[in-house]
Amino acid sequence: MADASSTAAAGGRRGRLYDWLCQRFPIEAFMRSQLLEYYAPKNFNFWYYFGVLALVVLVLQIVTGIFLTMNYKPSEAEAFGSVEYIMRDVSWGWLLRYLHSTGASAFFIVIYLHMYRALLYGSHKAPRELIWIFGMLIYAALMAEAFFGYVLPWGNMSYWGAQVIVSLFGAIPGIGEPLVEWIRGDYSISDITLNRFFALHVVALPLVLLLLVVAHLVALREVGSNNPDGIEIKKVTDRNGKPLDGIPFHPYYTYKDLVGVGIFLILFAMVVFFAPTFGGLFIEPPNFEPANPLNTPEHIAPVWYFTPYYAILRAVPDKLTGALLMGAAVLVFFFLPWLDRTRVRSIRYRGLSYKIALALFTVSFVALGWLGLQPAEGLYVLLARIFSVIYFLFFLAMPFYTGRFEKTKPVPERVTSHA
Amino acid sequence: MSEDVDQGRRKFLTAATYATGALGAGFAAVPFVASWAPSARAKALGAPVEVDVSTLEPGMLTTVQWRRQPVWVVRRTRDMLERLATLDPKLKDPQSEDSDQPDYARNEGRSRNPEYLVLVSICTHLGCLPKQRFQVGVGEGGPDWPGGFFCVCHGSRFDMAGRVFKGSPAAANLRVPPYSFVNDSTILIGDDDAPAKGVA
Repeated sequence: MADASSTAAAGGRRGRLYDWLCQRFPIEAFMRSQLLEYYAPKNFNFWYYFGVLALVVLVLQIVTGIFLTMNYKPSEAEAFGSVEYIMRDVSWGWLLRYLHSTGASAFFIVIYLHMYRALLYGSHKAPRELIWIFGMLIYAALMAEAFFGYVLPWGNMSYWGAQVIVSLFGAIPGIGEPLVEWIRGDYSISDITLNRFFALHVVALPLVLLLLVVAHLVALREVGSNNPDGIEIKKVTDRNGKPLDGIPFHPYYTYKDLVGVGIFLILFAMVVFFAPTFGGLFIEPPNFEPANPLNTPEHIAPVWYFTPYYAILRAVPDKLTGALLMGAAVLVFFFLPWLDRTRVRSIRYRGLSYKIALALFTVSFVALGWLGLQPAEGLYVLLARIFSVIYFLFFLAMPFYTGRFEKTKPVPERVTSHA
Repeated sequence: MSEDVDQGRRKFLTAATYATGALGAGFAAVPFVASWAPSARAKALGAPVEVDVSTLEPGMLTTVQWRRQPVWVVRRTRDMLERLATLDPKLKDPQSEDSDQPDYARNEGRSRNPEYLVLVSICTHLGCLPKQRFQVGVGEGGPDWPGGFFCVCHGSRFDMAGRVFKGSPAAANLRVPPYSFVNDSTILIGDDDAPAKGVA
């Protein structure tokens, strides 16, 4: 807060302009309802940084994306060359591109941690089901956005990745093959496919993403944030109806988040400057070779953020079942608020059964992610099958190990810690 | 005033308006959806291609591109053809009932002329290009391997007629494109019914 005298000194003119604006546009009402008088629980911890970080990465992706578009050419003949041109000839082009490619991976890192926070503190439970659903839609749109973006450099992994993912739709009985041809707009992945994926990547999906982010935040502001104790802070209020365990979002969390953003940007910059390909995980080696329809890379693996689902796909020796299970692995998240029958939200008060289940799920998700990077043979396939079963059991058995038989601890009236 | 409102009529008109609007939206969507189908240029570039197989030795494979997809032409040896008959119990779809091929290729050799095998070399699983593994008893298939194709992406295996082995993630045999013989040593890929050369 600036001290009162300087605000007054800036004086009548700023005040008059401000008044003029406020009479025509609800700036003040918005600031008041969303920042100054929006009370967030006072006990947010480390896990509560990832929402704002996702927003920071979204802005970064949009800004770097716009500047990349200025030099990128979405055609089969020019795409690969234009990316090399950006990397070598455009002033600071390499930085724009590495910010964008590292941003894609960073997006998934913060989104996965953001989702994990919900699993820890029950943020998906009533009355926040819609926030969770909007969040999952954002995740789904983000996966599509990342996939289309990965095709654009037109490297050999771009090409064959597109081939494999688009072929998945061919597993649908009856309409599969015509559907695949319709998606490609050609008899194989080609210039036409690249051009339309570009349109989806730079126009359609970013609009969808922005719309969903607004919906996610509107729903959040309506019901208020959950917290590490999983207690509804609106239940205990002072005489004015202000939650006793709440603090105004601004200045408290705006400044706290700035610190988190600063630390994140330091780590992010370290990757961008010192390890932009991240050992082949963020940008895969075969993608430094132009697309070649006559040569499949020896070993096709998607970028790391898709590998858990890819491992599930490959664990099944049947195309349709594999594709269905892969889809189900993402879809099942949408039902989490109703599969989870818990009476308490936070892991601090939840029973041993949920803690064990969540631990097993965490191990399975990470293990599947690693297995998706390995060749599909022998022991790897067996392990992928075991972890896929655990993955699905976590969700499908949830109504049984949560709820009535879960031995929960008593939840306190007020939040327990300051952070 | 409002007591005179005919609610039934009002509901009907509302529903009719919605229905008309939905129908209009449906029609308006058609050009957008249809614009994703292969364009006239894509179709033109997908025209049939001719392959000269006069220099293809028995046991050899050549790759040509048709509709940008790689297509294999294999001149099979007598050994290869004889082995095909013994494989039925190991195959998912030995009679090619659930696979994609023209009617004239729905036979054991999956070909018009058993000597020449023509296949779209895209794995029916997820679209990788399988590798040729023609040598018997060698490679990923183990000592019982009868020769065929192996997809390194997800481990699908196919015999010398492109028929998929049990235990592979691929569900169907490799696709046989439409093709015809222009003469004994020229194959036209992409057309079932080639006009004989020199006529016309």
